[in-house]
Amino acid sequence: MASKAMRQSVGLRALSNGFLAFWCLLASFPILWITVMSFKAPRDAFAASAWDVITGPETRAAGNGLSVLDIIVGITVLYFTIRWAFGVLPGLVRQVFPSSLIVLGWLVGAAAYAIAFIIVFFGILPPVLGVLNGLLGPLGEPIIGLTTIHYYSVWVENAFFRNFLNSLLVTAGVVTISLTVGTLAGYGLARSGSNLAFWLLIIALVFRALPHSVLVAGYLPWFINSAEILRPLLGDISPTLYGQPWAIIAVLVAINQPFTIWMLRSFFQNIPSELDEAARVDGCSHFQAFRRVIMPVMWPGVITTGLFSFLLGYNDFLVTSLLLDAQNQTMVPAIAGYFNRETTTTDQVEAVAAAVSIIAPLFLLVMVFQRQIVSGLTAGAVKG
Amino acid sequence: MKSKTFFWFVAPSVLMMLVFIAAPLVSVLIQSFQVTQPVMQTVETETCTPGFLTQTCTTEIKTIPIIDEVTGKPQTTTEWVGFLSYQRVLQMDKVWAAISAGQWGDILQIDFWKALRFTLTFTLLTLPLVLGVGLAIALAVNSAVQSIRGPVIFISLLPFIITPVIGSLAIYWLFVGDGILTVALENILERDIAMFAQAWTIEILMYVFRVWNNAPFAFVIFYAGLQTVNMDTLESAVIDGASRLQRLRHVIIPHLMPLIIFIAIIHLMDVYRVFEEIVGFRSQAHVISLQWLTYDFLVPDDAGNRAISRASASAMLTMIGIVILLIIPLRRTWRDHKGGAH
Repeated sequence: MASKAMRQSVGLRALSNGFLAFWCLLASFPILWITVMSFKAPRDAFAASAWDVITGPETRAAGNGLSVLDIIVGITVLYFTIRWAFGVLPGLVRQVFPSSLIVLGWLVGAAAYAIAFIIVFFGILPPVLGVLNGLLGPLGEPIIGLTTIHYYSVWVENAFFRNFLNSLLVTAGVVTISLTVGTLAGYGLARSGSNLAFWLLIIALVFRALPHSVLVAGYLPWFINSAEILRPLLGDISPTLYGQPWAIIAVLVAINQPFTIWMLRSFFQNIPSELDEAARVDGCSHFQAFRRVIMPVMWPGVITTGLFSFLLGYNDFLVTSLLLDAQNQTMVPAIAGYFNRETTTTDQVEAVAAAVSIIAPLFLLVMVFQRQIVSGLTAGAVKG
Repeated sequence: MKSKTFFWFVAPSVLMMLVFIAAPLVSVLIQSFQVTQPVMQTVETETCTPGFLTQTCTTEIKTIPIIDEVTGKPQTTTEWVGFLSYQRVLQMDKVWAAISAGQWGDILQIDFWKALRFTLTFTLLTLPLVLGVGLAIALAVNSAVQSIRGPVIFISLLPFIITPVIGSLAIYWLFVGDGILTVALENILERDIAMFAQAWTIEILMYVFRVWNNAPFAFVIFYAGLQTVNMDTLESAVIDGASRLQRLRHVIIPHLMPLIIFIAIIHLMDVYRVFEEIVGFRSQAHVISLQWLTYDFLVPDDAGNRAISRASASAMLTMIGIVILLIIPLRRTWRDHKGGAH
């Protein structure tokens, strides 16, 4: 399409591609680097020389390392895992589950796949390779230091899985409730041209701008004293909201509502209103039209909005750290506990391992839903 | 759609926003004019220790909180104190003292003013940086070959999607102590560097982090906008002899203008909340922001008390700040919106 005059000169193209390569390095480097660090013994992880961090001589000296064989086998297994995830797995899910249960099918399929991968990669491979390395002699000698001990101490000894389950609970609650509530409102706002709808959107925009600490300052006294405040109404079952995951879910859903309704509204505006008008002519009420005509076609928009709700719930630090107590802490504020007591370098590397554990699901999320995330970011903007 | 049906569709959402956003705002406003304190009583106690010949007795007057017999918690009273909490946050007496002494720099030693100064410069200076870097990446991707665009977008999304606290921690670990990037800098500059020992180096890292974190958002939106640039206009500009830079200035940027305003508004809202960097970089001794100030009041101190009144006052001040910041761009969009409609 580009005409000859539009084409860039060689120098400009080199500059542009060089800039792009530099940006990609910049964007991925911190993430890659802490991933590498999390697998090393403390002295290697914080070594001054980059080469030591990568090869990990101390880790290797302690007897934890990968031989040439380990690396080759590991990369092969990873390669096939990723290929099958995009090739074989979708087919299997479609075969086993009927199309009405496809969402459930995907969840079950992905979970089963992940478990199978963990069993093979961390359960079966190490002992098998251990035997093979012993047989191979010089080829079996470790060349790169690598240890998973920090992950073990974070997840098993420090019970990080409990924080993980809390994160899962809070995030799942935030996503489902904000989508249910937001879809109805977004549809209503998209189909109503009234002044009221317009003002609602403007007020939502103002709410979107509020820093979250402002809201938390409003919640805290009420949440801490809620048992006494609610006693006249509910009697002895009145709960203390402070520290309750479901109270956090409600708070995060509300904080997320302004953004959700704006985004879903713009998706619903893209669905031609002739569709529900036709259903209305055939005698449906607005709710029936919504359920039978709109619901089947709204999923792309809902999935995209759900992704952003997920990120809000999963990434939140401020609200969860102030309103949850230690037992119900989610992952992100829990990591603050690591660096507050971080006295030895071992603690620091454990904090790094916890951090990598937190971002690993996000990495997968971008991999699977890249297109939806991009369309979500541009949905609000391009139409203005 | 009839207004009754509309009401039922939006009711759950509006209810949630009323209960969890509007009501807390009213509550914060009221709290900022009140102070809740435990009721104290003075008790005279005599403690005696056995001694030779006579006991040694000392009487002490102690103030202890009265414990409510029903709930077992300290009794509290709430009183209206007017602008006392605001006064405690703003510390105007120190400000005037600094001004009358001619020591303008001393104002920035006071927490609130320090936080305000940082929040405002940070918000306003990162805006052009994010817009510029985002546009540069978008232009570079747009002129790159088709096959690498997907992977580049994937990598670019990572800094944006990553948990902000973790992102800032990742950068912190690269620079802390003898982190590899500090060592690299030391080799280039041939001097000893401690990135987290003084305010200005921390601030530079915060700018780097924020651009790293937010530029992908600007990039994705600009990239989508570039796909809709009118090719005919662009080609006629070429025929008229416009250079690449002129085309950028007179064709592409005007086309992207609504997007620039959109990103600017979202950016102002998000960066004004700057908070996670301070947690990640542990910079509270050197650099703090307005949202961090409120957070710090809300975190229980060593005695387990939360400074709710002062937190509310600083929250109200924070809110006034964002409203003032947003008035200018929002009024502009409002006028464009009206102008476009007629």
